[in-house]
Amino acid sequence: MACINPDGTLAPSAIQVLREAEQPKTAAELAQISGLPLFRVRSSLRELVQAGLLREDGDHFVLTESGRAKLE
Amino acid sequence: MTEETSVVSSPSFPRLNEPAPEFEAVTTHGTIRLSDYRDSWLILFSHPADFTPVCTTEFLAFTEIYPELQKRGVELLGLSIDSVYSHIAWTRNIEEKLGVKIPFPIIADLNKEVATLYGMIQPGASKTETVRAVFIIDPKGILRAMIYYPLTTGRNMDEILRLIDALQTSDKHQVATPANWRPGDKVIVPPPTTAEMAEERVKAGYECVDWYLCKKSLE
Repeated sequence: MACINPDGTLAPSAIQVLREAEQPKTAAELAQISGLPLFRVRSSLRELVQAGLLREDGDHFVLTESGRAKLE
Repeated sequence: MTEETSVVSSPSFPRLNEPAPEFEAVTTHGTIRLSDYRDSWLILFSHPADFTPVCTTEFLAFTEIYPELQKRGVELLGLSIDSVYSHIAWTRNIEEKLGVKIPFPIIADLNKEVATLYGMIQPGASKTETVRAVFIIDPKGILRAMIYYPLTTGRNMDEILRLIDALQTSDKHQVATPANWRPGDKVIVPPPTTAEMAEERVKAGYECVDWYLCKKSLE
């Protein structure tokens, strides 16, 4: 249940996290809003940052241009 | 004829009240690090193998107590030396045959990395399977309790819940819990460390057998 599938498509939980990150948020805020457990959100955020879809700004996560394009 | 010597490394064992060893592992819910569980309690547990009868009953039992664990801020993370595909096939089989969806991730520890870090492989029991180990890790990542069961014996979920309740009660009220303690029972006041404190203790209104064994109710 990785958040990015091998073919590059996103799992529903990843899409949810990306949408919520249009406004910068912390992992805890994203967990609260999405209803996903915090460990799942942290794991997904790491994967999304590695894929260049999010970037870290302190303890906040911000949608990148690639992330925005992925949502369109 | 050459004589080969092999060095068998002794398994490491984590220690209570020290940081639980960090890991990054492939699970049925993606790649997870121990530190992803920071700020929540975690029960990390190992089982010998997928598609085995005692383990199947344990997974049903862990799933049954999962809502109670979540109420206490506790997450579950399973582990065995099987592939993620085996884990997926087994949990799908459990859902299909028994109607129970396994809600927590399971580590696919094929290279035995996490199992070795946590002393889950005990060669006297099995060289290829993990024993039934349970590690309770607190929100700061500190290992707070360990239980080891043999391959033949399924774990007691009541005891695991009781242990969580006892640890959380000890943390919240700075007390200890007596044998067979259950939530609502009296707790043990930490023993005094000076003669003066001992004298004060017996006057303090606790239920005391003597100065070193005093109990009180929690409001």
